Amino acid sequence: MHTLEEMKKFAAKGKMSRRDFVQMAVAAGATVGMAETMFTAAQASDPKRGGHLRLGLRHGNTNDTLNPWYYPDSSTQVMFWGCLSNSLTQVSDKGDIVLDLVEAIDSSDNTTWSMTLRNGVTFHDGKPLTPQDVLASYDYYMREDSESPMKAIFSDIAEIKADGPNKVTFVLSAPNADFPYLVSDYKAPILPVTSDGGVDWESGNRTGAFKLESFEPGIVGRFVRNDNYHFDGRPYVDSCEVRGLPDVTARTNALTTGEIDWMAAPDLKTLDLLGRNPNLEITEVVGYAHYTLPMLMDIAPFDDNNVRMALKYAIDREEIVEKIFLGHALVGNDDPIPTSVKFGIDPEPRHSYNPEKAREYLAAAGLESLTVDLNVADAAFDGAVDAALLIRESAAKCGIDVNVVREPDDGYWSNVWGVKPWSASYWSGRPTADWMFSTAYLSTSSWNETHQSIPRFDELLYEGRAETDQAKRAEIYAEMQQIVHDDGGEVVLVWNTILAASSNKLGHGEIAGNWEADGLRIAEKWWFV
Amino acid sequence: MHPVFRTCLQRLALGIATLWVVSVIVFSMFELLPGNFAQAVLGQAATPEIVENFNKRAGLDRPFLERYGTWLTGAVQGDFGLTFGSLTSAGTQARTVASVIMPRLENTLFLAAAAAACSVPLALGLGLLAALYRNSIFDRVVNAATLTSISFPEFFVGYILMLFLAVQHPWFYATASVDSTTSFWEHLARIGLPVIGLTLVIVAHMMRMTRAAIINLLASPFIEMARLKGMPPSRVIWHHALPNAWAPIATVVALNLAYLVVGVVVVEVVFNYPGVGQLMVDAVQSRDIPVVQACAIIFATVYILLNLSADIIGIATNPRLLHPR
Repeated sequence: MHTLEEMKKFAAKGKMSRRDFVQMAVAAGATVGMAETMFTAAQASDPKRGGHLRLGLRHGNTNDTLNPWYYPDSSTQVMFWGCLSNSLTQVSDKGDIVLDLVEAIDSSDNTTWSMTLRNGVTFHDGKPLTPQDVLASYDYYMREDSESPMKAIFSDIAEIKADGPNKVTFVLSAPNADFPYLVSDYKAPILPVTSDGGVDWESGNRTGAFKLESFEPGIVGRFVRNDNYHFDGRPYVDSCEVRGLPDVTARTNALTTGEIDWMAAPDLKTLDLLGRNPNLEITEVVGYAHYTLPMLMDIAPFDDNNVRMALKYAIDREEIVEKIFLGHALVGNDDPIPTSVKFGIDPEPRHSYNPEKAREYLAAAGLESLTVDLNVADAAFDGAVDAALLIRESAAKCGIDVNVVREPDDGYWSNVWGVKPWSASYWSGRPTADWMFSTAYLSTSSWNETHQSIPRFDELLYEGRAETDQAKRAEIYAEMQQIVHDDGGEVVLVWNTILAASSNKLGHGEIAGNWEADGLRIAEKWWFV
Repeated sequence: MHPVFRTCLQRLALGIATLWVVSVIVFSMFELLPGNFAQAVLGQAATPEIVENFNKRAGLDRPFLERYGTWLTGAVQGDFGLTFGSLTSAGTQARTVASVIMPRLENTLFLAAAAAACSVPLALGLGLLAALYRNSIFDRVVNAATLTSISFPEFFVGYILMLFLAVQHPWFYATASVDSTTSFWEHLARIGLPVIGLTLVIVAHMMRMTRAAIINLLASPFIEMARLKGMPPSRVIWHHALPNAWAPIATVVALNLAYLVVGVVVVEVVFNYPGVGQLMVDAVQSRDIPVVQACAIIFATVYILLNLSADIIGIATNPRLLHPR
């Protein structure tokens, strides 16, 4: 039996047929879609230069702005980070750190991080990258009146200083071994400093693979290759245009009639039909993104762990994957750290549909039956309402009456999520266990969607950041995952796959699974064959 | 003062009062809607601190009357303010509401004009013929066809058109994605399918109104008199019947034209056309108050002006309407 890596090598050399590859990959646990994607990527030809790439995203709004404080969806993320900017580091498709604007990172104690800026990096107007640009950019995200979501994440940075002409030193208030991951975020691109010490985020003058040619919010963004880009050879295409086509039918038709070359999020229900088109390729990757059903742990009856466990066992996840996601998802196990992330485990016992266990837990809670509300809207994730209805059916067989309340999409995130005792949510996930836990499970985090407050968990989190011994770190994170799995209020329902469809004229390598559109950098990484 | 001119002025004054009432209602509605811009756009990522900082920047922490007063003084001078999406303390190119709405309004007006140019003559012609040949096969077929087309929802019509006329037979563009670089002729070509779709949807109303108005008139004594005098049928229609019919026809055409400007959100979404309807829906969803206010004022103005034109046309062709009993 070959490993997946060996199989990819065989495929690249033409020694394994697509049929055999897909069969063995499926046996290893991938879906057919993912296996096909891997095969195509392994077979990828050498990249050629040239061409004009047209992308069709599923978001696009007149409110889109170049201001990194507001990059809420794929439109601003792909255009203004993926095409236009760089952060200090990047996360590779395997979850490792790739040095981007820095060429070396040193730290002896995980508290003081000394970063050497890459030689020869310039902004689009020719001005070289200096430590002052980094300082001014981080000040923009961290200052008192900042509206950037990174402000909370960077609050542990005690001091940033320039060390000479090309070094920047970050001093944290507490050790954090995963700091290089935090600075890779798309909400923290490096902007050029202005004469008054502020930053210029409006002109589009940045360090990215493309220069901004024109931008009409909610309509189209046009970009032209940056010939001085610091990753040699990239981008391959000469120019690109990015459009938002929120209506999935319009987007699909635009792809099939050749008006765009790549589209995000094809409709699941017609995916098979789309795949039969000989001119199109369907790509599918699984990353860290997952859909959840957070229970507020400080509101009855969810404050009793027996009730939480009963509900976790009352959900038929396989059925949801099969009927709602049509197989394009992986079953979740109430652990937000996937096994593809370092230190990720699959906690035991696996939470799958088990009416007897559910009834046992109910009895342990002293209840004969239970009635709860589940407040959902498709704003949380596509298919949330239907999934809730399936849960109602499966829970009924455990003696639990789940009352599904359909909430309006409008205002969901202010009125329902984090307010109603049991609702639905989604996460794009994070490349490290610490980052995911700090964002959504730490008791003091603003996004602690289950209102979790378990002292042992918080204690372990800070220990894990400071620990340098990898084996000890593995133990710490394993325990934390077990805690969330056994005691937490989070139902991690499924790991959703990232689907896209594109013209056969495009070539690509391995597709990143951390964010959509190949880690948001599709324009930089893909080429025309 | 010429009586038509006086009526105009009266209507305009009433129109301005209506605009003021609309602005008060829309502004008040936002007080009732939960959430604000930062929450709506950032969703999960909006911490209470971010929301507070944004509110300070946007001036949303000031009292209702003060905010409305500021907006009103700006609006009467033509300054609708800055969009929430572009507010910044450090930026110099903050987007004005006008600069965001203008290009989309142009697109919408272009589409409305094209759709009107196709549908109004068609509706009037069909209505006239249907009235002349009423109860014949032609009349019944035209009635059935137009009623069927108006019964279908616009997105359904849009998708069917896309399927047959763009995907299966590439005669038209599948999406109407235009931007500032699109040439006039390409713009016209791209809105082909939306225009066909809109025509199918609004022809029925205008055609049936025309038909009803003319049938009603053809039964009157003065038409009988004209025929008895020996006038040719064409002159009977053009010179005697139509002038009396213009009033109701103009009203229904004005209503449909106003709909073309204000209500074609669904067509805009299906064909991805950057018009003002989609802008309004997005702005409401993201609670971008200045944009919604400006859109509401524009829509109200369009309705008022079109109604006014319909009244003027009616009065000009039928002076009896100056003095309604």
